Amino acid sequence: MEFIDSAVSLLQVSFELIQAVIAPQIMPCVESGVNSSSGSGSGIALLPLLKSALLFLSGIALVFGVTLALIAKFFNTKTDPKVEQVDELLAHAHCGACGFAGCHQYAEAVVNKPEVSPSLCTPAGKAAAAKIAALVGKDAGEQEPKTAFVACRGDSEMSKKKFEHRGVPDCVAAATVAGGDKECPFGCLGYGSCEAACPFGAIAVNANGLAVVDQKKCVACGLCVKACPRKIISIVTISKKPFVKCYSNDKGPAVRRICKVGCIGCGLCAKNCPSQAIEFTKNLAKIDQKKCTDCGLCETKCPTKAIVRI
Amino acid sequence: MSHEFLHLLEIVIASSLINNFVFTRFLGLCIFFGVSKKTETAVGMSITFTAVMMVSAAASWIVFNFIMLPLHLEFLKIVVFIGVVAGLVQASDTIMKKIAPALFHKLGVYLALISTNCIILAVPIICVDEKYSFLEGIALGLGSGLGFALALILMASLRERLELANIPKPFRGLPIAFIITGMVALAFTGFSGLIAE
Repeated sequence: MEFIDSAVSLLQVSFELIQAVIAPQIMPCVESGVNSSSGSGSGIALLPLLKSALLFLSGIALVFGVTLALIAKFFNTKTDPKVEQVDELLAHAHCGACGFAGCHQYAEAVVNKPEVSPSLCTPAGKAAAAKIAALVGKDAGEQEPKTAFVACRGDSEMSKKKFEHRGVPDCVAAATVAGGDKECPFGCLGYGSCEAACPFGAIAVNANGLAVVDQKKCVACGLCVKACPRKIISIVTISKKPFVKCYSNDKGPAVRRICKVGCIGCGLCAKNCPSQAIEFTKNLAKIDQKKCTDCGLCETKCPTKAIVRI
Repeated sequence: MSHEFLHLLEIVIASSLINNFVFTRFLGLCIFFGVSKKTETAVGMSITFTAVMMVSAAASWIVFNFIMLPLHLEFLKIVVFIGVVAGLVQASDTIMKKIAPALFHKLGVYLALISTNCIILAVPIICVDEKYSFLEGIALGLGSGLGFALALILMASLRERLELANIPKPFRGLPIAFIITGMVALAFTGFSGLIAE
């Protein structure tokens, strides 16, 4: 209590000093200031006011401090240090490849639930998956590297456009107007909705208006698959075997008219395949990667060169 | 409807539409521009903001009317209101982490942002200036939250569409957002005659 008194009297002395010496020089015109009269005849009772202010402020600070400390103690959540360790190993791209709502949720699930695999975070890579597996005592398992695959070769040179799209330069927007500005109702529109959705910069629209995947950067998170309004992108296991890079269900003459490199459903690939790995659904060829022996005959026989390696 | 309820409704409408805190009073702009980039963050922020606003309006009213007025310490109101809000936000942060962890993961990020917001100080100060009662103070908090929600969600929808538009390079990002805010603020002056005095 003594030092409060001395502090308050110190304040009062300094205030009176200011009042007596400096104030008359800078505020000669102020008529009704707080303490306009020189000397100690003040309008408000300064000393008890300062005392109550100091008491109130320190009191409220004490109350808040104690309350917060108590709350922190009673509402303490124990965080498992393992969850934090796993969380640090994740890629934190918030892509949803693991299938969980957030990166932290996956870390919790991997530690607490025995059925969740430790290698679901594909952006983190195999090394991180092995480390996470070691942390939680699970088996990392064999993960085949996967990538996104755009099933279209029809860029501006190979395919035709119905009209000039001058609206919002976005595939979803372009697809809503008359089924898109491309003649082919199945082809890649090339305005970059996939590029905008990819957090890794692994898919981009090239100079001819076709989406191209950079396999080195792609982690197969699946965000571009969801973004594409044509549903033309899929996640495939990386293999040296050929793929049919077309998605068109149109009949041969119709495809021929609008695209130079589309699958026309002629069946030459299937007829020549020694392992019967190619099947046709709705005028579109599809190569079964398991049956394919990588002989390369389909690639040479295809008249429109729709079969390529990725 | 009773007269009291109508009066409270009047306060809610006045603070959410006529004197919208963002578009008419131009408060809380840093958070407004920061969070209005995506609609889902805007919605999350609005919910947290309204909740914190109402609770802090109530708490500040209690502290002011029961402790500060009798002690003639009204001049400390700015310091004390900020202290009350900061304490409340920290307490709700800890409590929410324990009681509703899913909710915390979704909305807890915004709690820290809310305490550095001019509106959170403006509402208790307006309650003091207008000498509102307890219920009127809470109504003001609710109205400010609703007005902020309206402003945020409007702006988020506009900015999402702006992302795809062909904007000249010097204007991309924040400058065009400022211009659009000014235009919406102009539009909001149309509400000024809503409640005839």
